[in-house]
Amino acid sequence: MTTQSLAEDREIRRITFSHKLNRWDMKVSPYLYISPFFILFILTGLFPLLYTAYVSVFDWHIIGGQGDFAGAGNFEWVLGQDKFWVALRNSFSIFLISAIPQVILALIIAAILDQNLRAKTFWRMGVLVPYVVAPVAVALIFSNMFGDQYGLVNNALGRIGIDPVGWHSQVLPSHFAIATMVNFRWTGYNALIFLAAMQAVPRDYYEAAMLDGANRIRQFFSITIPSLRPTLIFVIITSTIGGLQIFDEPRMYDTTGAGGASSQWLTITMYIYNLGFGPAGGGQFGRAAAAAWLLFLIIIVVGLINLAATRTIATSGSRSSK
Amino acid sequence: MSKSRRTTAVAAIAGAAAFALLAAGCSSSATPGADDEVTELTLATFNDFGYTDEMLAEYTELTGIKIVHNKAATSGDARTNYFTKLGAGSGLADVEAVEIDWFAELLQYSDKLYDLSNDEVADRWVQWKTDAATDADGRLIAYGTDIGPQAICYRSDLFAGAGLPTDREEVAAMIDGDWDTYFAAGDEFVANSDAAWFDSSGAILQGILNQEEETLESTDGEIIATTNPVVEDAYNTVLDASPELSAHLSQWSDDWSAGFANGAFATMLCPSWMLGVIEGNAPEVEGWDVANVFPNGGGNWGGSYLTVPAQSEKAEAAKAFADWLTDPEQQLKAFVSTGNFPSQTSLYEAEELLTVTRPFFNEAPTGEIFSDRSAAIEVAPYKSVNYFPVMDALQNAITRVDVDKTQDADASWDQFVTDVEAIG
Repeated sequence: MTTQSLAEDREIRRITFSHKLNRWDMKVSPYLYISPFFILFILTGLFPLLYTAYVSVFDWHIIGGQGDFAGAGNFEWVLGQDKFWVALRNSFSIFLISAIPQVILALIIAAILDQNLRAKTFWRMGVLVPYVVAPVAVALIFSNMFGDQYGLVNNALGRIGIDPVGWHSQVLPSHFAIATMVNFRWTGYNALIFLAAMQAVPRDYYEAAMLDGANRIRQFFSITIPSLRPTLIFVIITSTIGGLQIFDEPRMYDTTGAGGASSQWLTITMYIYNLGFGPAGGGQFGRAAAAAWLLFLIIIVVGLINLAATRTIATSGSRSSK
Repeated sequence: MSKSRRTTAVAAIAGAAAFALLAAGCSSSATPGADDEVTELTLATFNDFGYTDEMLAEYTELTGIKIVHNKAATSGDARTNYFTKLGAGSGLADVEAVEIDWFAELLQYSDKLYDLSNDEVADRWVQWKTDAATDADGRLIAYGTDIGPQAICYRSDLFAGAGLPTDREEVAAMIDGDWDTYFAAGDEFVANSDAAWFDSSGAILQGILNQEEETLESTDGEIIATTNPVVEDAYNTVLDASPELSAHLSQWSDDWSAGFANGAFATMLCPSWMLGVIEGNAPEVEGWDVANVFPNGGGNWGGSYLTVPAQSEKAEAAKAFADWLTDPEQQLKAFVSTGNFPSQTSLYEAEELLTVTRPFFNEAPTGEIFSDRSAAIEVAPYKSVNYFPVMDALQNAITRVDVDKTQDADASWDQFVTDVEAIG
C-alpha cells in the first residue's frame, strides 16, 4: 500500500517536473538562442565601452598603466586642443563630400539597373566589385593616383591645361580625394540596396503614371523616390555612422598615416588612434579614451538628429500616401 | 518536447564551447617553460635585418633551439606592437628588435627589459652605440645591430649634364667642407640643370641636427627645441636653401619614390641602409654613385638594437641568442645581404667588409666608404622620451613650407612652437 502510493507520488512528481522543464523551455529557450549575440556584445562591445569611460577619467599611460584620478581633466585637455577641432571639421567635411554624391549616384545607378537590361546579374555584380577590394588596397592605389607631383590625376589635368592640384597639401582637395575612395567602395553597395527596394515598388504605379503621360524622370521623382523613403533613411544613417568613424582611407593616404603636416586630412578616429598608439605623442590612453567618448557622444547627437528627421519624413510620407 | 530539450542542451553546449574558446584564446599566450628546457625562441624584427632563414637554421644546428621569426613591415608597426605588449605584460617575442628613434622612449622603462650586460661583449660595438643602450643604473639593455653612417649619394649622369665632376673622388673633394659648401655646389648644379640638388628639406634638417649633441631635448630632460638656437639656425638654414635646391618632396611619400625614377634630384644624404632604398625605387636608373664625404664631418642616421623583454620566460637563452645574432660574424653576413652597416668595431678592419662593392652604385666600394664614414662620427645626439614627437612636429613644420607651401617659414615656426607646447 505504502509502496504503491509512493510510486504514484513519484510518478506525479516526475510529471510535474517535466512540466516545469517544458515551461522553462518555452520561456527561457528563446533568450538562450539569442544570448550568444548579447554575450559577445557584452564582451566585445559594452565592456570596452564602459571600460573606456573608466580609463577616460584617469591619467593612463600605455606602459605605466593607471595613474592619478583626473576627473574631467582629460576631456578639458582634448577640447582645448586645436587638433581635435580640426579633426572634427575634417571628419564632417569628408563625410559630407562622400555621403551626398554617393547617395545620389547610387540612386541613379540603381534606377538604371532597375530597367530591363541584358545580362542583369553581370551588371549587378559589377557594381559590387569595388566593395570586395580591401580598403587599404584602394587607399594605396588612390593615394598614388592623387600624388601631388607625379600622380596620374595631375598628369591628366596637365594634359588639358589645368594647373596641378595639391591633393595632399591642400585641405579640400585632400578631402575630395579621400571621399573619392569612399565613394568608389560604397556607391555600388548602396546602389544594390536601393535596387532591392525599387524592385518592391508595385509596377502598377508606373503603368498608371505612364497612362497619365508622366515621363521617366517624372516617374523617378514622383514614384520611385517617395517609395524608397525607409531605405533612404537606412542608408543615410549607416553612412553617417560609418562616415564619422572613417579611418582606413585617410590613414593610408600617405605613408606616415598622421594626417598631413598641418592635419589637412586628420580625422577624429585617426586623432584618437594617434593619441593612444601613435609614434608621435602617443601612449596617452586617458586622453585617447576621453576623445573616444566625445566621438561617441557626437555620433549619438547626430543619430538623434537623424532619428528626428526620420520621424518627420516617415509621418509626412504616410500622410501623403493616404 | 524531448526534441526541444535536446536543442536546449545543444545550445548550452555551444555556448559553453564558445566560452571555452574565448578562454583558451586568452590563456594561450602564457606558455610556461623553464630555462633549462628551451626548444624554441621567438625573434621579432622589422623591415629587413638580414637575418636569413639559413642563418637562423645555423643556430638551430648549433644549439638545437628552433627559431620562430616574425617580421613587421615597418618600424612604426613594430613600435606600436612593442609598446602595447610591454604595457600588457605579455605577448612579446623573446628577442625583440628596436629602432634607434624610439629606443630613447623605451629606455625609461628599462626595468621591463632584461639586463644584457656581459664582460665578453663590452667592447663589441662603437662606443656611442653602447652608451645609448646603457640605462641610468648602468645596465646594458640592448645589443647593437647596425648603424647608419652617412655619405652622399649622387647621380653622376645628372652631374655630367650640369658640367660637374662625376668621379666619386672628385665629387668628394668638391663637397668636402661644411653645409654651405654642399649648398654652394648645389647652386652651381641647379644653374645648369632642370633637376633639384637634394630630395627633401626634412632629410637635410635631420642630417644637420644629428651632428649636434643637444638639439630638441636638454640632457636634464627638458624640451628645449623651441628655444635652442641650434634648432632655429638649422631650420632657417634649410629653408633658406630649399626654394632653389630642394625637390620639394617629403621623404617616404609616393611622390618621393616616384621622384627617383623621374630624376627629380641629383644628390641625397645617404646612410648605409639608404642604398637598398635607392636601388629599390629606381632599379632602371643608371648613374647612382656614392661619394666618401659628408657635410661638416660625419653623422649617423638610424640603426637598431636587439632587446630581451623581462617578460620572456626564456631570458637567459634569449640573451645568448641575441649575443650570437649581434656577433661580428653574423652581422657581416647581414651587411653583405642587405647593406645594413654593422656597429661591431672589429669588422671595420675586416677584409670581407672592406672589399664589399655595390654594382648598382657603379661598383662603389661601400664597405670601405662606410667604414670611413663611421669613423667620422664624433657626436651622438642626446635623445630621450620626447625626441620622436618633437622631431615629428619639426619635420611637419618643414613640410608645410617646403612641400605643401601652405605657410611661410615664420608662420610654420609659430605653429611648431604651439605643437610642442601640446606635447609637454
